[in-house]
Amino acid sequence: MNLERRDFLKVLSAGALTAGNVTSVFAGIRKTLSADAVGILYDGTICIGCKACEAACKQYNGMPPESANLEKATGVDGIWDESYDLSEKTLNKIKLYEHGDASTHNSVENGFAFVKKACMHCVDPDCVSACPVTALVKDDATGIVEYDKDACIGCRYCMVACPYNVPKFEYAEAIPEIVKCELCNHRQAEGDIPACCEFCPTGASLFGKVTDLLEEAHKRIKLVAGSTYEYPMRSLDEGDVSPKTVAPYINYIYGEKEGGGTQYLLLSAIPFTKLGLPELSATSSASKSEGIQHGIYKGMIAPIALLGGLLYGAYQTTKNSEG
Amino acid sequence: MHEKQALGGRLLTKPFWVLLGLAMIAGLLLIKRFLFGIGAVTNLSDGYPWGIWIVYDVLVGTALGCGGYSIALLVYIFNKGEYHPLVRSALMTSAFGYTLAGVSIFIDIGRYWQMYNVFLPWHINLNSIMFEVAACIGAYVFVLWIEFSPTFLEHRKSLETKKKLSKVLFLFIALGVLLPTMHQSSLGSLMIIAGEKLSPMWQTGWLPLLFLMTAITMGYAVVIFESLFSAVALKRPLDETPILGKLSVMMIPLLVLFLLLRFGDLMWRGQLGNIFNDGMLGAFFIVENVLFLIPIIMLASAKNRMKPTILFWSAGSMILAGALYRFDTFLVAFNPGVGYHYFPSASEILITVGIISIEIMAYLIFVKKLPVLPAIKHS
Ligand code: SF4
Ligand code: SF4
Ligand code: SF4
Repeated sequence: MNLERRDFLKVLSAGALTAGNVTSVFAGIRKTLSADAVGILYDGTICIGCKACEAACKQYNGMPPESANLEKATGVDGIWDESYDLSEKTLNKIKLYEHGDASTHNSVENGFAFVKKACMHCVDPDCVSACPVTALVKDDATGIVEYDKDACIGCRYCMVACPYNVPKFEYAEAIPEIVKCELCNHRQAEGDIPACCEFCPTGASLFGKVTDLLEEAHKRIKLVAGSTYEYPMRSLDEGDVSPKTVAPYINYIYGEKEGGGTQYLLLSAIPFTKLGLPELSATSSASKSEGIQHGIYKGMIAPIALLGGLLYGAYQTTKNSEG
Repeated sequence: MHEKQALGGRLLTKPFWVLLGLAMIAGLLLIKRFLFGIGAVTNLSDGYPWGIWIVYDVLVGTALGCGGYSIALLVYIFNKGEYHPLVRSALMTSAFGYTLAGVSIFIDIGRYWQMYNVFLPWHINLNSIMFEVAACIGAYVFVLWIEFSPTFLEHRKSLETKKKLSKVLFLFIALGVLLPTMHQSSLGSLMIIAGEKLSPMWQTGWLPLLFLMTAITMGYAVVIFESLFSAVALKRPLDETPILGKLSVMMIPLLVLFLLLRFGDLMWRGQLGNIFNDGMLGAFFIVENVLFLIPIIMLASAKNRMKPTILFWSAGSMILAGALYRFDTFLVAFNPGVGYHYFPSASEILITVGIISIEIMAYLIFVKKLPVLPAIKHS
């Protein structure tokens, strides 16, 4: 081995070391909640499972009802909405928790309760970090995670990345799109609030600024079960309230911390894991993946050093041969 | 300069017709895919957005296409000239593997007509691992064909052009090592963002390094496997056994390091116990690692490394190990939540089979018509 080659190997191993040094890399500064961020507080304890939000969501987002195959066979296609979960035609979904004889609302044993699934509008969204072509963007002011079909290549990496399996893909279309809740940004642009909150008859889906919603949520989990509370309706700013008996809240706000926090927050009397919500760490997976990736490619120093070494090595080897 | 020659011989043999038939079935199914959408031919779902087209065709396919990269690493970077006779056929297989992986990506992505957005500066997202993977694979396909082009030029007797090309070829050789280093590791990083959806036995910050190590090892295994297989199938002498034996040594330290890193990391994160608690997943994990161990054990003695059968089976085991590792990380150990299952549909499998058939047909055409394989020495 000649001297230059040994030097080169040193460069190479330095590059490899940088590349391998993954555990010492810390995620950079992550996205934080913007002051004007808007969101939804969904309180499962006062949801009556009427699915008015689902119907309104479909109506105002131009989504067709889904039908089961059996229905199609009987020729009543489209009369009853039959989606099992979020789908490319369903942006929000009320699901039922049931146990035993399901006689008592908000009880874990022999009880029932509801939970509403929709995009969480994560503070540090994995889907946005994953998208190779910036087709998913988090609005700087509102924090709404929006989709741009003219950028999207349909790689479905966002679906792999989202911890809540929210982005859906139109598998049945020749020209497919990704579909997800965009917090009714088209309605907000006209001064309205999201359809699911506007048409909720109980105030279970409540629109507002995330900071205010968090404050409201903290207030609720401290309430005494059985007492009466004036639950705000539709939007926090509206001032309309409806008095209801307080359920025994779980002392936890789902979405306050999950994966760096979300702008869609949930309250419940049933443990969240029983409602099909994932247990997530307090930092987003995006922060880990970006931390490692940017650690390896910091200022492109390692790749450029590696390329320099490689060019040298390849040149030395090929200069006297014809390849 | 090592002598290379075209094999010659008849092209339209019986196996060739079978391959052609398989490719045509895939072609028909692809028409269906483009007319009626991805759901018309696949079992992909909201929970499992990626299936065998990504995991086999792209992940395993490009790892199998690492022969060119792994040999180039030895010949040009570590100056091991003795492996030069292997370069050309390794590059060819790599060029096929990567090109068809590119084709598979095109088939798999939903909005393929906008694929070029990955290269538009105002669209790209530097935080996205997918961006890095897509851009690097795209660039590498191009680099591979340039690296392989001297073979065409020789065939067409354009020696003037070949000479000019050989002056700048080192640029492409260097890129041909850099790009796979980047994207083969990033293919592993892809799953970090899947977070809790991937079983902790596979989910680790070391994914990029683990993927890179197995890609390089698979590269060596493929060169060995393919040389021996084509020697038998095309009825050529087993002249290359000594050099393949020497090459096989390269796999051992890489594999030992891989296993040490993998188990060390599991131990560090306190996940070692899961292997025995996690039923099915644990079994997959064990099979995977046994397959990684087999080549280490089989190739440990110098005498074994001179036996074509041992070389063949240990390379085969290595290829299976690397492939299973990729399948596990992207599908088996990936759990999006209750209610979602994935097993490829017949059409999905047939399309992949068609793509593999095209690859083998291209291989046969190339070795028969172009100077790729080392000339047979007549004594
Ligand atoms: S819930 Fe999923 S789709 Fe919605 S912002 Fe978070 S990561 Fe993106
Ligand atoms: S499917 Fe579209 S939105 Fe989702 S990651 Fe790929 S390009 Fe981005
Ligand atoms: S905010 Fe709009 S799109 Fe999102 S769930 Fe509510 S109604 Fe549907």
